[in-house]
Amino acid sequence: MNATVFPAHSISILVSNKPGALVRIALVFSRRGYNIDSLVVSPTLDNSVSRMNIVARGNPETLTQIIQQLEKLVDVIQAKDHTRQNVLEKELVLLKVLCKSGERTELLQLCNHFKGNTVDMTENSMIIQVTGNSDKIEAMLSLCKQYEIVEFVRTGKIIMMRGEGKT
Amino acid sequence: MATKPLNGAQVIIECLKREGVDTVFGYPGGNVIPIFDAILDSDIKLILSRHEQGATHAADGYARVTGKTGVVLVTSGPGATNTLTGIYTAYMDSIPLVILTGQTVTGVLGTDAFQESDISGMSFASVKHSYLVKNSNDLPRVIKEAFYIAHSGRHGPVLIDLPKDVGMAPCNAPFVDSVDLPGYKIPGKASQESVEQAAVTIRKSKKPLILAGHGAAISGASRAVKELAEKLGSPVSSTLLGLGVFPASHELSLGMTGMHGTVAANKAIHECDLLINIGSRFDDRITAKMSEFAKQCEVVHIDIDPAEYGKIIKPRHFLCGDAKSVLEQLLPLTEKLDSAAWLRTVESWKRKYPFHYPKQGGLRVQHVIQTLYEVTNGKAIVVADVGQHQMWTAQFFKCDYPGQLLNSGGAGTMGFGFPASIGAALGNKTGFPVCAILGDGGFQMTLCELSTAYNNKLPIKIFVMDNHFLGMVRQWQDLFYDKRYSGVLMENNPDFVKLAKAYNVEAFCISRNADTKRIIERAMEINDGPVLIHCVCEQEDNVFPMIPPGASIDDILIERPRDILEKPTGGT
Repeated sequence: MNATVFPAHSISILVSNKPGALVRIALVFSRRGYNIDSLVVSPTLDNSVSRMNIVARGNPETLTQIIQQLEKLVDVIQAKDHTRQNVLEKELVLLKVLCKSGERTELLQLCNHFKGNTVDMTENSMIIQVTGNSDKIEAMLSLCKQYEIVEFVRTGKIIMMRGEGKT
Repeated sequence: MATKPLNGAQVIIECLKREGVDTVFGYPGGNVIPIFDAILDSDIKLILSRHEQGATHAADGYARVTGKTGVVLVTSGPGATNTLTGIYTAYMDSIPLVILTGQTVTGVLGTDAFQESDISGMSFASVKHSYLVKNSNDLPRVIKEAFYIAHSGRHGPVLIDLPKDVGMAPCNAPFVDSVDLPGYKIPGKASQESVEQAAVTIRKSKKPLILAGHGAAISGASRAVKELAEKLGSPVSSTLLGLGVFPASHELSLGMTGMHGTVAANKAIHECDLLINIGSRFDDRITAKMSEFAKQCEVVHIDIDPAEYGKIIKPRHFLCGDAKSVLEQLLPLTEKLDSAAWLRTVESWKRKYPFHYPKQGGLRVQHVIQTLYEVTNGKAIVVADVGQHQMWTAQFFKCDYPGQLLNSGGAGTMGFGFPASIGAALGNKTGFPVCAILGDGGFQMTLCELSTAYNNKLPIKIFVMDNHFLGMVRQWQDLFYDKRYSGVLMENNPDFVKLAKAYNVEAFCISRNADTKRIIERAMEINDGPVLIHCVCEQEDNVFPMIPPGASIDDILIERPRDILEKPTGGT
């Protein structure tokens, strides 16, 4: 099968709060062979409108089509591809690691290096919270592999334009 | 004394009336009884079909001839799922429909209740938009929006799922006259700048070609297309659904382009230096091998749907807007082109490669269509089903009027033709007779609608072109699969004349070329109800010209090749 790894695209969508809107949006991606890596839905200043931040992978040539098809949906007010634009991209991870008291200092140093916080601690485990861009989170997760990771959960990427303008 | 508020079902009917609906195509069931009850008290005509798919195709045919939105009313569960093929057919051809489906009561939604189907979920991929109404007070707004969305921008079907209790509950919300849809944008005119830039490109052309598509027909751009063609001195070819936009009898007309189109139109697309596409979406029936399509020319693409930009062909200029409005912007900026030599070349192709068919052997479908054209003097509304007879209809019934030829173009839905002709006959205001041209395969998919045609006294001339084969698939197996016929023989076809008579429908049979004219003339005189003409045709005839799918225009087959061809690489 086709093993090509496609680049990830960061897309933000403003959508009317209507039932079924998420399904319609997901269908546009799936029909064009895109995999959704992460999806964040959040309220906006206008409570009849939600924002979706989607990170998806697929053939870059079809991305324009996807944006056009999204724009065409009645409930979609705006769809934008922010890949390689001047935007802030952040996500948050919660990471649960097993650690005996002997390992704790080293793990806390690691946590400190990534400007993370410990948000839960027991005799044998801790939960670390780190925010930042995806590369930073990947690096953090990679370094933690030497410990026994119980589980982690990531929020998915949220995106905001730098400067005064609206995203 | 305060008047009792209307219930949801009554409000639905009142909303339909306010939208100018005079005809509804439907089939009842338990969950839609309140709406069928309310329709009794209105002057809306209810056309009871024999199958929900038939109702949907009929509403589609009605919409195609009237330009209005077709309305379908069916029950939940299987009633709703039976409309899906019709919805998809309308979606592929941008036909405005509003489909009202009954639904189980809101309290049990999602519990697999009796005749519950998640029809909005199932239909997502084939509707322009859809609604599930859970509160009767939303009805006036939802119905207003549904009609607005179906019939604006690029038209399409909109589905409204209506739980039974919503129809029975009182509705206190006022009727509305406008919509508030912040995410819904309708292009009207193109930006003046884009039109001016396109005009500069157009002025440089010496070998122009206009491609008229369905969008030109829908927007009523027929006159503007003609004006542009004559002003530029440009030949015009059409897609299947664009036939009639530009008169076939006009000297600049090249006829249909694409897989079974004219050699002249296909050669012209391959050799022009400018292609002005007015409302066609560059369907793969048109383009043949994509990598070789329109490589030598500048492309100006006019389309109302911004998502069509660059979908198949990256045009030099994309003019986003209603075809008629854009042409009106463009016309003052254009002038006569230096195209005389090109027109002579194109004319020579036209003369060299006319459509033709063998005159020997048994009755030919082409002959029947040619005769129908002559008997009606070209003044008929022709509804085709899907297959060989459809292509022969497009080739031999030369359309001079937009909306004259109805087809399931994008979907290629067998079974579409006959019920669509019922809708066409109900909406027909032209005075032209409505003729359905069907194959023996497609007719048998929806023939139960003979009752609908008879009950409504619709003077449809139903031509059943019977070759005892699914002819188009047989043609492919003949040309590309070493004549290994698989699943294409229509054994034990009914006696179509007896069948029609069992439905009280008058019927004739044509089995010889010599009888064709006389029998068609007789059928044309029957106008108090449908008449069926059973045409016993040559069994193994093939449609030519043909560009094998995935092949380029250079590989066009004018007649049957001696050798077995490679299996085609393109889709269907």
